[in-house]
Amino acid sequence: MSIHISNISKSYKKVKALQGISFEVKEGELFGLIGPDGAGKTTLFRILTTLLFADKGTARVAGFDVIGDYKSIRKSVGYMPGKFSLYQDLTVEENLNFFATIFGTTIEENYELIKEIYVQIEPFKNRRAGKLSGGMKQKLALCCALIHKPKVLFLDEPTTGVDPVSRKEFWEMLKRLQKKGITILVSTPYMDEAALCDRIALIQDGKILEIDTPEAIVKHYPKPIYNVYTKNMYQLINSLNEYEFNHSVYPFGEFVHYTDRRTDFNPKDLFQYLKSKNLLDITIEETEATIEDTFMELAK
Amino acid sequence: MSNNQVIQVEGLTKMFGDFTAVNAITFEVDKGEIFGFLGANGAGKTTAIKMLIGISIPTAGKASVAGFDVFTQTEDIKKNIGYMSQKFALYDDLTVKENITFFGGIYGLSRKKIKKKSEALIEELGLEKVAHQLVGALPLGWKQKISFSVALLHDPKIVFLDEPTGGVDPITRRQFWEMIYKAAHQGATVFVTTHYMDEAEYCDRVSIMVNGKIEALDTPKKLKEQFKATNMNDVFLKLARSPSPPDSN
Repeated sequence: MSIHISNISKSYKKVKALQGISFEVKEGELFGLIGPDGAGKTTLFRILTTLLFADKGTARVAGFDVIGDYKSIRKSVGYMPGKFSLYQDLTVEENLNFFATIFGTTIEENYELIKEIYVQIEPFKNRRAGKLSGGMKQKLALCCALIHKPKVLFLDEPTTGVDPVSRKEFWEMLKRLQKKGITILVSTPYMDEAALCDRIALIQDGKILEIDTPEAIVKHYPKPIYNVYTKNMYQLINSLNEYEFNHSVYPFGEFVHYTDRRTDFNPKDLFQYLKSKNLLDITIEETEATIEDTFMELAK
Repeated sequence: MSNNQVIQVEGLTKMFGDFTAVNAITFEVDKGEIFGFLGANGAGKTTAIKMLIGISIPTAGKASVAGFDVFTQTEDIKKNIGYMSQKFALYDDLTVKENITFFGGIYGLSRKKIKKKSEALIEELGLEKVAHQLVGALPLGWKQKISFSVALLHDPKIVFLDEPTGGVDPITRRQFWEMIYKAAHQGATVFVTTHYMDEAEYCDRVSIMVNGKIEALDTPKKLKEQFKATNMNDVFLKLARSPSPPDSN
């Protein structure tokens, strides 16, 4: 096991940030921690990277205990915090050199590992980090987290606020790092990124809702789910919310995902109901649940 | 000028030195419309919004917002719009009620009106129990909902939402969009940016900016047809693939 978390709890005054969390990440795995702001993701990252003590429970990273062997952990992990934490006044190259030196290595020694990412920012190596665009900062931070060739990489919300194109490129990069044998624990609030992980943990309010492969999590969805479309989205949502048999009503792109409370639900009844509400162009089709559907069902 | 168009933009341009951040964009937004303003990071969205809300003077072109000119009537624009973003929301060390009162005052509402409005707002959002709690102690999703309501406090003609749902849990994100629908239904115009492409589908029309220019503008349905895509994510990926210059934004 690359990461072993056993019954970890952490509170800040009244707030229970983590409540008895346990899971394991296998060596070479790309593991996703999926949940909204305030779920406890950052607290868990800080405990695993030895920056914060848990109130209860134990954790091991790369074979080392997070309290007893904290120095060994710091040498073997890379950590990219959610907030940009490099030196804004140092240039791109100076930042990278600084982190290499701290870890007793050089850019040249591990250049192979960061090469693919670094070439994209190398033209700006003399620019101060504070003057880089968001995407460039993200790439530099990743290089700095990788420069000492860590066994385990922690990425706390690396794609938050990043546009879909850059997000896609970032995940392609992670896949290639994984192939080089690095274990990756990554957190994200974007549910669509969950599908790109080997396994995921859904987390909310400091508790794990479910842990499995993305495919299995979707299969666990307990009800048939329907794509409902009509001409006026606002009226459709209101009408479905008023419908006495509804179990869940969630807009999903151009459709509303609808589940019904009855076990013998017939879509024709819903069709008649929507028709009686004067909605036009009604279509109702069964569809497959997504990670987001599952998350909302579990979080209800 | 048609009365039905609350935003009219023609050839609007902003240069920083010899870098063109916004390159002659042209579009209109109708009253009551939910208008999605999309683009990659660094495409020029924030610069464009700053010009529209009257805090950055354009280099060239013309634009009117709520009937006021973006060059000469920026104070009138500010009074007639609402604005919220993830970064600029509420004061964490004021209570919910104090925040409402404060922003009501900023928008120039009378004490009587502020009292009436804040009571209505607290009831509508079901905030009776937390009205006297510090905003900092509330979950992000609540803050964003309150923040949106505060942006509508002075009944603005247009409300600008800059990534209002970033990091919010999926259920709250959807409740937030129901609030947007409701506001639009009641006649407000909503101008919104987002990185969630499923949210782009909720907009009446969507524009996509690439390297300072608006490269596509239509209803989500027509954009999907035009780009032979099954969803807005594919449309976005097809359009925004061309790399933006790294020194932008």
